[in-house]
Parts: sequence; C-alpha cells; structure tokens
Amino acid sequence: MSTQLLYGGAGVALCVLGLWAFLVHRPLLRKLIAINIMGSGVFHLLIALAERDGAPPDPVPHALVLTGIVVAVSATALALVFGRRLDEQGGVPEDER
Amino acid sequence: MNASLPLAVCLPLLGALATTLAPARARALGLIAALASSGVVLWLVVGVWEQGPLRASLGGWSAPLGIALAADGAVAALLAMTAMVALAISIHAGGYFRDPERLRQFWPLWLLLWAALNALFLAADLFNIYVGLELLGLSGAALAALGGGRAALTASLRYLLVGLLGSMTYLLGVALIYAAHGQLDLALLGTRLGPGLVDATALALLSLGLALKAALFPLHFWLPPTHANAPAPVSAALSALVGKVAAWLLLMLWLGPFAAVTQPAAATLLGLLGACGVIWGSWRALRAERLKLLAAHSTVAQIGYLFLFVPLIQGLDPGPERTALLGALLLMALTHGFAKAAFFLAAGQVQQLAGHDRIDALGGTAQRLPATTFTLGLAGVALIGLPPSGSFIGKWLLLEAAIDQGQWWWILPVLAGTLLAAAYVFRVLARAFNQEPTPLHFVTQVRAELPGLVLALLAVAGLGLAAGGLWGLLEPVEIDR
Repeated sequence: MSTQLLYGGAGVALCVLGLWAFLVHRPLLRKLIAINIMGSGVFHLLIALAERDGAPPDPVPHALVLTGIVVAVSATALALVFGRRLDEQGGVPEDER
Repeated sequence: MNASLPLAVCLPLLGALATTLAPARARALGLIAALASSGVVLWLVVGVWEQGPLRASLGGWSAPLGIALAADGAVAALLAMTAMVALAISIHAGGYFRDPERLRQFWPLWLLLWAALNALFLAADLFNIYVGLELLGLSGAALAALGGGRAALTASLRYLLVGLLGSMTYLLGVALIYAAHGQLDLALLGTRLGPGLVDATALALLSLGLALKAALFPLHFWLPPTHANAPAPVSAALSALVGKVAAWLLLMLWLGPFAAVTQPAAATLLGLLGACGVIWGSWRALRAERLKLLAAHSTVAQIGYLFLFVPLIQGLDPGPERTALLGALLLMALTHGFAKAAFFLAAGQVQQLAGHDRIDALGGTAQRLPATTFTLGLAGVALIGLPPSGSFIGKWLLLEAAIDQGQWWWILPVLAGTLLAAAYVFRVLARAFNQEPTPLHFVTQVRAELPGLVLALLAVAGLGLAAGGLWGLLEPVEIDR
C-alpha cells in the first residue's frame, strides 16, 4: 500500500509541478515540456492505481496510459511543427505575446 | 447490436484515410465520405426513432471490460445536426479553398474532426471521451492553422496548448474516478457515484477540462482569435460543432451520471459562469470590428446560454417539467449549431468578395450578395432568438422555468444577451444595407426627443410588463356594481 501511495503521490506532485510551469513560462518549448511533465504525472498516478495487492496488476489503467502516451507524443509533434512554422515566419506577432 | 453506431465513427475515419492515401482525388473521395457518413447518421436517427435508445458493445465485449457506444434521442438529434452542418461545410469548402494544395490538406483533417465529433456524441464511457477530445483537439488545431498566416498559427498553437491542458486535467479526473470505483462506463457509474470528496474533486477536474474546451467564461480567452483567424468553413465547424460537443458533454455529465454528486451551489456557480459568458460575449460581439470576430464572440455568449439551464434542471425530479427544459436546452444547442455555421459561411463569402471583413466597410453587401446578406439576417434572427426560430422557444421555456421556480434572476442575463444580440446583428445588417454610420449620441435633443421616447417605452415596456396593474384598477369598479 505504501509503495502505491509513494508512486501515486509522486504522480500528483509531478502533475502540479507541470501545471505550475505551464502557467508561468512563456516560451513554447518550456510550455511543451511542462505539459509533458504534467502528463507523465497523470500516467504515473494511473500506473500506481493498477497495483492489486499480490495479484497481477489491473490491465485497464495500463491500456489508458498507452493511449495517453501516443496522444501526448502526437500533440507535442504538432505543437513543434506550429512552433517551427511560426519561427520561419518571424516568430509570434508582437501584440500576441 | 446496431451497426450504424460504430459506422458513424468509422466511415469519416475511413474517408480521412482514403483522402490521405489518394490526395489527388481528395475532393471526390471526401465528398463521397461526407455523403456516406450523413447516410449512416440518417440510418442511426431512424433506428433511434423506431426502437428508442440504441447501445452497441464493440467486439461483443460488454460494459465493464469492453467499450460501448450509445445513442439516445438527444444524441441522435445532435448527430443529425452535425451531419447536416458538416455536409453544408463540405460542399462550401470545395469552392472556398481555391488553392488545390489547401483543399488536399483540408479533407483528411476535416473528416478526422467529423469522426471525433461523432465518437464524442456516441461515447458511453469516460475514457472514450478522452480519446475523442484529443482527436478533436489535434484535428481542430491543425484545421484552424490552414490559413497559414502568423496570426492563425499563433492562435492555433494557443488553441492546441489550451486543449492539451484541458485533456490532461480531464484525464486526472478520469484517474480519480477509476481509483474510486474501478469503472469508467457512464451508465454503470451513474449508480455508484455519490456525494463525497473524491467524486466531487473528480467532477471538478473533468468539468475544468471540458469547460476549457467548451470556452465557458472565463476560460474562453483562446476562442475569439482562433475562430476569427481560421478559414471560414473551419470557423463554422469550430464554432457550431466543436465547442458545442464539449459543452454538451459537460452538461450531460452534470445532469446525468454525476447528478448525485452535484450540489445546488455548484449548479448556481455553473449558471453564473454561463450568465457572465452571455453578457461578456454579447458585449464583445457588439464592440467587434470584424465580422468573423463578432461571430466568434457571439459563440462565447451562445455557449453561455446552455449553462443557464443547469441550476434550473439540477433540482428537478424526472417528469414533464424536466423533459421540457432538457428539450429547450437541446433546441438552443441545435439552433445555434445551424445559425452559427450559416453565419460563418456567409461571413467567409463576404470576406472573399470584399477581401476583408471589417464591419464598417461592409456597405453595399446587400446589393452585391443578396442571398449572403439574407443568410446573415436569418442566422441573426436565430442568434437573437426572435420567433419563429428555435432559440425563441428555448429562451421562452428557460424564462418560464426561471419564473416558475422563483429563480427570476436568470431572466436578467437572457434579456441583456438578447438585447445585445439584436444590437450586434442589426449593426451588421445596417452596414450591409449601406446606411449612414450609427450616430455617436443616442439622444440628440433631449427636449424634443425624450417625451416621445418615454411614451413609446410606456406603450411597449410599461403596459407589457405591468399589465397586471390594469386589472387591479378595474376590480373595485366591478365590486361597486
């Protein structure tokens, strides 16, 4: 139980850290890293939930995490493409910063 | 199992795949996929009409382990609206994107968005909603960036990041629910959820995630730039359908499986946010300088109306009163879907012809584009809520319920929003008919104008609202006789 609590608690801590960094930082790359850390926190928590004392772990949270990782990677890739396009066109317009 | 449920998701998905594989034939393949998807939705609607709510367990695996799709009457109506709007957008897009390269990029993303919309309306479990939301966010952000300019890219990037934040918050809520109940199916959860800290926190996280995607005030900040800078067919889809599905899911969670968790205070808070959205969105729409920005701000307001229903429905037991209000809510959502899509398509037409969409310079649009101006006017009638539009009936039932339940304060945002909507719609139409600019001063000569104005107000507002007093005046006369 304590292992599960440790893993789950670490997940929540990562999640809050990621959220904080996402809200505070302006540069796109930092925002992307922050949102990925937040996502990792959620995945961490889900993995911790899969533990069943002694018995084989619950497969459903594993499936959820797998889906979540795929989605997070695609979204990060799309955001990076947007960032590159913006850079090619001279960056974010001044009034939008 | 009714095959129309999975097919409603699979057909647009297959279409997206086909248009990606054969970009040279994207237009023909895309139109075929759009027609086929609409046909399947028609089949689904007929099925719901004849047999009542439908449910399909994919792969024959039933609820706790498998993933189910479900459609009741409301979902069927929303899917039908989505299909009709999507078909109109599909046809319009063929003429809108002059650059064949853009059209090739448009089709796969657009069909992917449509698949996500259908999947979200049909989703019967919390995780399926997460997957649908991500698909919706990714394809929506990519579509909004099709314009390619710096403003469009910046807005799309912000939209994508906000969407990601919303999905992560939502997923955290899903994790909490799974930890507490070991269950994600909405129908099964409905019997297990109850008042308690874990369920309430989970609902708060789920709602926060969905509210970010639905652009509920004050989380609407990303919507106006995104919708105003996207190509017109994309704006139509984003405003009419994408925001609508997130708002619908949020309302469905609150009024359905999570009803036991919600408190009157929380429902009032949601209603208040909706009211703020109505007034703020309508006010910004009135002040907007560009036609598409006006439409985007008006979307914030129209989404707000839907949340005014929450405090009124939350306390009601199942019965004709609740059904009537749910019907009114659905009617408002459907009417806005049609009207806003029409408005954006017309605005796109104006923009293409005039090369800009500044409202101040719209003069003469009525002469050059009579049908488009008429479309703007008709959509405006629905946005204001004038009879006989659907939103008139919706607002009427909303006002009636607010008075019946003694929660009269919900009338105020509806009246204010309606007046502001009338003002912003007539502002566009007045310019389109090439009239002189609106005067800066409302009253030019106090002595000459005010007496008449007061009399007119008495005739309309005074006697209309205080008509009851007249009977009070007559009563003693009757007794004397």
